[in-house]
Amino acid sequence: MKRTKDLRSLYSEKVMEHFQNPRNVGEMESPDGIGHVGNPVCGDIMELYIKVRDDIIIDAKFKTFGCGAAIATSSMVTEMVKGKTIEQALKISNKAVAEALDGLPPIKMHCSALAEEALKLAIEDYLAKSKRKEE
Amino acid sequence: MRRIYLDYAATTPTHPLVLKAMLPWFTDGFGNPSSIHSFGQEANGAIEEAREKVAQLIGAKGNEIVFTGSGTEADNFAIKGVAYAKEHEGKHIITTAIEHHAVIETCKFLEKRGFNVTYLSVDRDGLVDLGEVKKAITDETILISVMHANNEIGTIEPIQEIARITKDREICFHTDAVQTVGHLPVDVDELKVDLVSISAHKFCGPKGVGALYIRKGTKIVPFMHGGEQEHGRRASTQNVPGIVGFGKACQLAQQEMGQEKERLETLRDKLIKGILNRIDHVHLNGHPTQRLPNNVNISLEFVEGESILLNLDLMGIAASTGSACSSSVLEASHVLLALGLPHESAHSSLRLSLGQETTEKDVDYVLEKLPQIVNKLRTMSPLYKPGKK
Ligand SMILES: Cc1ncc(COP(=O)(O)O)c(C=O)c1O
Ligand code: FES
Repeated sequence: MKRTKDLRSLYSEKVMEHFQNPRNVGEMESPDGIGHVGNPVCGDIMELYIKVRDDIIIDAKFKTFGCGAAIATSSMVTEMVKGKTIEQALKISNKAVAEALDGLPPIKMHCSALAEEALKLAIEDYLAKSKRKEE
Repeated sequence: MRRIYLDYAATTPTHPLVLKAMLPWFTDGFGNPSSIHSFGQEANGAIEEAREKVAQLIGAKGNEIVFTGSGTEADNFAIKGVAYAKEHEGKHIITTAIEHHAVIETCKFLEKRGFNVTYLSVDRDGLVDLGEVKKAITDETILISVMHANNEIGTIEPIQEIARITKDREICFHTDAVQTVGHLPVDVDELKVDLVSISAHKFCGPKGVGALYIRKGTKIVPFMHGGEQEHGRRASTQNVPGIVGFGKACQLAQQEMGQEKERLETLRDKLIKGILNRIDHVHLNGHPTQRLPNNVNISLEFVEGESILLNLDLMGIAASTGSACSSSVLEASHVLLALGLPHESAHSSLRLSLGQETTEKDVDYVLEKLPQIVNKLRTMSPLYKPGKK
């Protein structure tokens, strides 16, 4: 009988790799921006923290309560934003995150949308805070 | 890598003796059971022998057993068959909120065609309340369908007591016994039921074959129209090898049931206790004692079910969950929600269902690995605040 060795039939190898060894897990001490989102589709929760210096995201961390795709996309998005300017980071779409993971099953695209939204919210939070500081 | 199958409630491996009994009926015994010649009569004889074995297992007579293509078909047959046969007497059906989709979706279909359906709620352990059943009955009620045991949480329903309520009325009583037949003693006269759904693949028989027990005198319309097979109640050439395997599985179950039940209960309780001892913020779903011998269903708070399943699978352990994330329609288990559990609990649910190849070593392996997985996922979870009760 033909056996798929692992869960590759469900998720790409890259998704499974990030799921098993997620990068940037945890809370951040005194972050510059926090994005907190809940998934209206299945009820999952994601928190994303960023640290910004001179308009550049120098660190990102996350906490996620969700499926394999949600964990892998959280991990990937935190990797992707590091070193990016705010403007560049705002352009990261959920499609780009999914592509960086070699694709997601169609039913799991909404999980990557959650990661994109958490990032946008974290950046908005940072921008609002820095504006307040200026005033 | 070690592979441990703990999803016996989904399906079971076909028993080698079942397979052995089936094989000749693909080759030498290929005849059509409806044919008059010896090829046909041999096949017909094999079917009738299997029918007797199925009947014997549940204390019925052979002519009260109709073979179907699955447990789902048996449920459809029972509910639609009675609804259409009795619609002139009334259009009210009573069932429960925790039935298998095969029952719930059939009832929803009938609702669209003018029937009224009451979906009884259950208590926190998953038990149907007898008072609620009494209250729900009207002059229009023609059918009550309550499952014998729930496939997700393992709770065993008080079928006998419910039957007592319906006994003096002209109400037909159906039970979906797909999770109990072959595992627990089921006797149609003791339970006082009119219709019972059975599926072979849940107790080491082949997939794609089941049966509906129909008590003599029950008003029911045929499920499929065509030839005269199954006394005209379910037309189409029978699945001879499947039916023979089904019969063999019934015979084996009858021989082994008592011992196997005790063995599984011991393993089940060890697994439940072990998990509750080793992991905090865990609770058992379903009834603590009135439950299937092989069912463990727990909620591991703050972690999501699909990610638990993936981690278990990476360690060779196969299980299942009621989490919305792992459902193809992204809906949490209707059974867990019917218990009154919050969405997060359904989300965190894990079902481990044991079976004939499960050993104490397997249980120990799960008890070693599961806490590691839960720990790992909890450190990632925004809901988990260590130290907080
Ligand atoms: C309680 C219950 N009813 C019905 C079914 C459907 O049986 P089958 O898979 O034979 O269609 C199942 C199994 O999935 C079940 O557990
Ligand atoms: S987080 Fe629920 S499906 Fe991905």
